[in-house]
Amino acid sequence: MMSEPFISIQGLNKTFWGAKRSVVAPVEVLRDIDLSIPQGDIFGIMGFSGAGKSTLLRCLNRLEEPESGSVRIGEHDVCSLSHEQLLVFRRKIGMIFQQFNLLEARTVVGNVSFPLEVAGQRSAERRARVDEILELVGLTDRRDFYPGQLSGGQKQRVGIARALANEPIVLLSDEATSALDPQIALNVLDLLININQRLGLTIVLVTHQIEVIKYACRNVAVLENGRIVERGSVREVLTNPTSETMKVFMQVNSEMTSGGWKEGAGI
Amino acid sequence: MSELTEVIRRTFSLETWEVILPAIGDTLYMTSLSTLLMAVLGLILGTALFVTRPDGLRPVRVFYALFGAVINALRSLPSMVIIILTLPLAKLIIGRSIGPGAVIIALALTCIPMFARMVEGSFLEVPRGKLEAAKSIGARNWELVLKVALPEALPGLIRNFTIAVIAVISVTALAGFFGGGGLGDVAVRFGYNRFLTHMMVAAVLALIVIVELVQLGGDAWAKHIVRKRHL
Repeated sequence: MMSEPFISIQGLNKTFWGAKRSVVAPVEVLRDIDLSIPQGDIFGIMGFSGAGKSTLLRCLNRLEEPESGSVRIGEHDVCSLSHEQLLVFRRKIGMIFQQFNLLEARTVVGNVSFPLEVAGQRSAERRARVDEILELVGLTDRRDFYPGQLSGGQKQRVGIARALANEPIVLLSDEATSALDPQIALNVLDLLININQRLGLTIVLVTHQIEVIKYACRNVAVLENGRIVERGSVREVLTNPTSETMKVFMQVNSEMTSGGWKEGAGI
Repeated sequence: MSELTEVIRRTFSLETWEVILPAIGDTLYMTSLSTLLMAVLGLILGTALFVTRPDGLRPVRVFYALFGAVINALRSLPSMVIIILTLPLAKLIIGRSIGPGAVIIALALTCIPMFARMVEGSFLEVPRGKLEAAKSIGARNWELVLKVALPEALPGLIRNFTIAVIAVISVTALAGFFGGGGLGDVAVRFGYNRFLTHMMVAAVLALIVIVELVQLGGDAWAKHIVRKRHL
């Protein structure tokens, strides 16, 4: 049953103009993006690097200002929020990053309570919430460690804990598993899936790894030069790719899994 | 040979250090007050530069350009010129234009622009991603500065601060020329004007030790933070 979409993007455009008097032509990073994402989905945004995936994701919490078009998340009309409203709205949108972006000056506890501080919670409330979240991501025994003492997978768990601290309505993931070893990436994806199922949290996940889409997502949109060239359920798109991007991804994926030069691949 | 031993003997003699020790006191007095002034104003102005940069948290092009020009102008003047220019100012504020107190304004003024640029530079070293992550949870600009940029930049900031303090000390020595007192004054009046080599050597030794201690202190402080954070 298709209900009202939870996240709805309409006619979104974004151009990078470059520096003033720059000789470089403006780049149309996003062109006429229309996208609907149902509540509770794990939605993948796929594409080569430079296709505009991260920019699209960052338009959802206005880390990137859209040029035109509209973005709605739940009852929020994201593009029309004032600066003050935007700051409050961002508390409800968690985000995790490829480079984790933790604060090295703070311990695990300090990092996870940062968003609660920003939201103005008292320290007693913060402590209880931090304990709860660390339990959820399985880092209770690392609470007083500094990020410098943690492995990549643990750092990303802290990133996830930080993103979840203010009980967001959406989690944005910008290549969150791309810098991790495969086994660790898998663990982190399992955690995201688990959170999605337990909390019913909508997750929008940007990646250039087809395995991630296959493993974690229900629906996917494929970006090519700033346009959506293909969309649908992961099953549909993977069994019957129509875009150039997806065909290349599928082909590379199958060649890599079928053995390369050992099969005598024309060398 | 005997001349050399004589210089060495007199360098470490009691009568020499009866002059040097109060001079050390003056130098430390000028240095610490100027450093305090420099630290406070440098941090504020450096933060203002970082925030108002064209790619900053809240760009204010006019302010940044104007301010940058003033800072560069001040930096391009030799310290000596600034001292001469500000002595009348000191007379206006403090009531006299000689003595340690009078040169503090000049000292601060020569070093504040440098330290402000250093603060800006240290903040710029903080990876943009960290600021973005903080933005993504709804942090306000003051939180980005005080809770992200400042603590994350701290080790580099301390190293730069150390360099700035040492610059203050070296300008202090120059201020001796202009009645500022302190070790520079001793070196000029006794060592240079009266050819008392041992006085010159003793003053230089004292300056070297002070600078060395500041450097060691700064390094240890920065290292302590880096260790604590396991970087």
